[in-house]
Amino acid sequence: MATIQLEGVSRRYGQHTVLEGLNLTVNHGECFTLLGPSGCGKTVLLRLIAGFEDPTSGSIRIGDDLVADAATGVTVPPDSRDLGVVFQEYAVWPHMSVFDNVGYPLKLAGVPKEERVSRVMETIALVNLHGLEKRLPSELSGGQQQRVALARALVGKPSLMLLDEPLSNLDANLREEMRFEIKELQHKLDITVMYVTHDQEIALAISDRIAVMDGKGAIRQIGSPEDIFEKPVDSFMFNFMGVANFLQVRREGSGFFVGQGGQPVPWDKPQGDAVAWVAAFRPSDVIIRRDGAGLKGIVKRASFLGPYMDYLVEIDGTHLRTSVDTHEAIMRDLMFTDGEPCIVDLREKHWFDAQSLGEVGA
Amino acid sequence: MSTQSKKKPFIGTAGIILFLSIAILVVFVAFPVILILFNAFWAKGEFNLVDVVNVLREPDTYQALLNSVFIACGTTIGSTIVGTFFAWLVTRTDLPYKNFMKGLFLVPFMLPSFIGALAWKMLLSPRAGYINRFFMDYFGFEEPVFNIYSYYGIMAVEVMYLFPFVFIQVCGALERMDPTLEESARISGAGLFTITRRITIPLVLPSILSGSLLIMLYSMAHFGTVAVLGIENGIFNIPTLIYERIHQSAGSFAAIRTGTVLATVLVVSAAFIIWLQGKILSKGRYQIIAGKSFRPMELKLRGLRYPLLIFCLAYIGFTIVLPTAVIFMVGGLKTYGLPFTMENLSLDNYKFILFDYKTTKDAIWNSVSLGLSAAVITMFAGVMISYVIVKMKVRGKGVLEFLGMLPFSVPGSVIALGVILAWSGKFGINLYNSVWIILVAYIARYMAFSLKANSAALEQVHDSLIEAARACGATMWQSLRDIVLPLVKPGMFAAFFLIFLPSLRELTVSIMLYAPTTRTIGVAIYTLNEDGETVMSAALAGIALVIIITGQTVISRLTGASAKG
Amino acid sequence: MSHVRLVNVTKRFGAVTAVDNLNFTLEKGECFSMLGPSGCGKTTTLRMVAGFEDLDDGEVYVGDRLLSSPAKNYYLPPEKRDFGMVFQAFAVWPHLSVYENVAFPLRIRKVASTEVKRRVSDALGATNLLEAANKSPDDLSGGGKQRVALARALAINPDVMLLDEPLSSLDPHLREEMRFEIKALQRQFGFCIIYVTHDQSEAMALSDRILVMRGGVAQQIDTPLNVYNSPANQFVFSFIGLSNFLEVRGEGGAYRLAGGDALPAGLAPPPEFAGNARLSLASRPAEIEFDDAPDAAAALRGTVVRKSYLGEIIDYLVRLGDQTIRVQKVRHSPGPEQGANCALRLLRPTWYVCADGE
Repeated sequence: MATIQLEGVSRRYGQHTVLEGLNLTVNHGECFTLLGPSGCGKTVLLRLIAGFEDPTSGSIRIGDDLVADAATGVTVPPDSRDLGVVFQEYAVWPHMSVFDNVGYPLKLAGVPKEERVSRVMETIALVNLHGLEKRLPSELSGGQQQRVALARALVGKPSLMLLDEPLSNLDANLREEMRFEIKELQHKLDITVMYVTHDQEIALAISDRIAVMDGKGAIRQIGSPEDIFEKPVDSFMFNFMGVANFLQVRREGSGFFVGQGGQPVPWDKPQGDAVAWVAAFRPSDVIIRRDGAGLKGIVKRASFLGPYMDYLVEIDGTHLRTSVDTHEAIMRDLMFTDGEPCIVDLREKHWFDAQSLGEVGA
Repeated sequence: MSTQSKKKPFIGTAGIILFLSIAILVVFVAFPVILILFNAFWAKGEFNLVDVVNVLREPDTYQALLNSVFIACGTTIGSTIVGTFFAWLVTRTDLPYKNFMKGLFLVPFMLPSFIGALAWKMLLSPRAGYINRFFMDYFGFEEPVFNIYSYYGIMAVEVMYLFPFVFIQVCGALERMDPTLEESARISGAGLFTITRRITIPLVLPSILSGSLLIMLYSMAHFGTVAVLGIENGIFNIPTLIYERIHQSAGSFAAIRTGTVLATVLVVSAAFIIWLQGKILSKGRYQIIAGKSFRPMELKLRGLRYPLLIFCLAYIGFTIVLPTAVIFMVGGLKTYGLPFTMENLSLDNYKFILFDYKTTKDAIWNSVSLGLSAAVITMFAGVMISYVIVKMKVRGKGVLEFLGMLPFSVPGSVIALGVILAWSGKFGINLYNSVWIILVAYIARYMAFSLKANSAALEQVHDSLIEAARACGATMWQSLRDIVLPLVKPGMFAAFFLIFLPSLRELTVSIMLYAPTTRTIGVAIYTLNEDGETVMSAALAGIALVIIITGQTVISRLTGASAKG
Repeated sequence: MSHVRLVNVTKRFGAVTAVDNLNFTLEKGECFSMLGPSGCGKTTTLRMVAGFEDLDDGEVYVGDRLLSSPAKNYYLPPEKRDFGMVFQAFAVWPHLSVYENVAFPLRIRKVASTEVKRRVSDALGATNLLEAANKSPDDLSGGGKQRVALARALAINPDVMLLDEPLSSLDPHLREEMRFEIKALQRQFGFCIIYVTHDQSEAMALSDRILVMRGGVAQQIDTPLNVYNSPANQFVFSFIGLSNFLEVRGEGGAYRLAGGDALPAGLAPPPEFAGNARLSLASRPAEIEFDDAPDAAAALRGTVVRKSYLGEIIDYLVRLGDQTIRVQKVRHSPGPEQGANCALRLLRPTWYVCADGE
């Protein structure tokens, strides 16, 4: 059983605290993603699990084994933790062929030569590198090098894989392709994967569960991709997970009005005493039309971006961004130009107290 | 999953490596330097600054100080002008055969400057020099055209063999510089001359200065040229004066005092220069490397292309080919002073030196074995120390980082003096008059080269490469053996040759430490010349040149091949 | 009135033809983008306009002024062309202050000092750099450095501005912001822009017209909307946005997907494609609908092999015989589950004759 359990894990460097009292459980066979802005300590957390660093306090268990415990000073070195690790920088050894790179963990484990050859070739095929086993890493593309790293991590049949931003050095197309491949490999081999990234799109695409960390190293929400995206617990979460619109709304008596103007809010009202509110929603929640029911606004800036039209809309001094697929815009006469009036309605929205937005910086 | 869980040992492998590294640097480098400082400032049982000042105020010492500074300044200015000009010529103009010319300008690096000095002495000494005699005999000159036994003679010779320090730095900076920095000036309306003056030169100024300071450092502490050309006319600089005093007085207290005080001055000025260099580099090293690579703009020399090419070739011919040829020809003469005619020239001297003459045979054997041992020892020590500095996270690393800086700022004559103080029996071990004391000094002297090459190689090895091995199940030792060592092999290789080749021609250190049976090649060339055996000295110098150039060629072949693999 | 004019411009590097017989003209005040993958010749073209590369053939004009013409043995060096230019790697001079960087082109032109002062503050004001005037460019962020480069290019008030991937060293957020700023500066100063990029959304957002290049050859010169809506060939189609290409085999007037079903009647290729054995059916993932009507005449039938929730959109991979097709829907629209059978309707099927090797 490849589970990971962190209890009260902290990591400090001198005066600087990176992680503080973190608790986390990763279940067997799931793809668990640590998602957070750069510098939030997610990589440090992964390195603690791998054993490249020791926690300042707290304990870490992998399966039933206690691998690090600050209180007793127990620490299992990384070579005895039985993990596969893939790094952002590929970290394939430039002086060894693809075959030797992938075969190295087996060689260390003393696997007899015949079995080693067959297992290495099998793994190389698994990551779609057949025919390249004699090449040196310098003769491979970035994507191929990352496949070598993946194969090397997989060849020892670890039950736990740690991936540290493995795709961020690849170009967009390759990144998209590889993230699906990693997901498929994980299912096929039934292993537990811990994935670290700052890219919310990869996190959504690849994960069974996601833990979102904020800039201070605290976990803000753990849940399935749908939960994280559709049911954010607070405005930080909402803002972090994608393009976010915040429409200012003010309460006057029992009425709610948009921006500085006099248009009343046509949707369900927020619950609470605050005077200043924001309606938070995604570009895909916006319905933009030429006429009909909704809020009256003006298209301040229309940008054609190829597959879609991007609009910046002003409603009584407050702004929102939305986009319309080009074919739909043409079909339904929604090709606005700068300065044209429009009608805006929303499908879904979250209400946040405007004060809670301060920390988001929006 | 292995279930063994262990407590962290108090002193692990990391601690052992750290301790060893510190010990090596302390024993070989720090200890001798501390002894020098101690001897300089601790006189008559107390800390004594007045005595230090007194020593410095003696006319000889004072003059030597001034000479060192004067010669170093002249050499630095000259080399900077020559080096920058040629670097600009081969990188920013359409000079023909640029790459070939660039290679030629690096040749002076290979030639030991004291052998060059020897050659120039044969060419331009006031009475016997071939060039001077030629003009006096055939053109009726009353006076020699140029007296090489002078400040300007010394500076000129040093410039000839030191300018590549600036040349390399400036070439590198100009080649790496983002061409769009100059292109954007061009599109702003500036012509090539304005761009060179207002954009290019200011941007490479830090590199120029850093090369200049390197030359300053080298020249201040340089022994060979001044010894060959200066002593004749009573011109001493700090290293030659230290040598003179120690050599003549056979280790008297007064001589040691003068020596240590002068050595202290050298160490302090070296440290100052290195500090200044670091400051210039950290503050002034602009971020000028980036972007797509296009060919940089080239100044069209038009009508000047071939005249400038001829000028470059003439420079090389005059400063490299001519002295080298003179060395080989004089080496072939029956007696110094005879004209170069077929019947006066033979290979007999070379045969004699290689097979029959005990002094030179010993010297070659000593130099080769010393060079090999020093290179091997320093190479391994250097890789270990660099590993701790670059890769390991252990407490106490700061001490090592400081100690690691030390070898860079301790000139050869200082090391020699320190080694004499440390290993002449005062502390229980007496290596004086044996080859071992030279070996110890070589290790201290060349540690800087090894540290530089190895840490550069180690910095190329990304941490994740090592961590990947650990995650694959390799222990620390296995990851060192299978990943780190193979990857730093080129660095170690480079360190080996960076030490072995210079040690073959080493003079500054060995001249202070040699005994009759422990002459090195450099010492033998120097003493033969001193003893008036000019012909033998030249022949041995010729042989040394052949060995050095062959070695250099082999390395560039090997490193070229391994870089491709 | 045509302003910048390239006539039959050709550039060779050894045996490689980097730019092949290129022709285009720019109107005054127009923003013109050259778009293509790396190595397509777009940067070389820009450098020929700037004067950093000489042509092998053809001519470059600005207005009536000839800039380069190998046939007439004429070449005006870049410093005489009076262009503004911004480079990818900023290329601001670290040894000069922000103010002096911007003043440099004016000082070269010996502009009077009060005038220099006025024009530098105008340029710094337009790029929001007044506060940073006395700083060293090294103290600024990437975006700040690129603003300095823009201000420096603006200082001489050029009527042609050359931009060589000016935003690709910036992070995505800043890239978008700067895009709008460049557009605003263009409106304010009225120069025309030649813009080189490999980022199609950047080209789309900024340009009045786009030149799509490949292998040194112009593929299409058109407005952004036309480039997206009516790509001239399969390459242009694939280069702009996500794309699907299904291989279709034609035999005796009947068409079937390679390794799959016969094409439904409603999806037959237009008559002008008749007689081709291999065709390519192009579509965009966002322009495909899941069609519930079981008798839809134009629907392709397949199985959902992968459904990925990506937040704003849901990404489907649908297997059609041996081929697969990507479908993307916004998150509110319903769609089948992974493993389900489905029917697809292409909203804008586009046909190309299959080129060999593509």
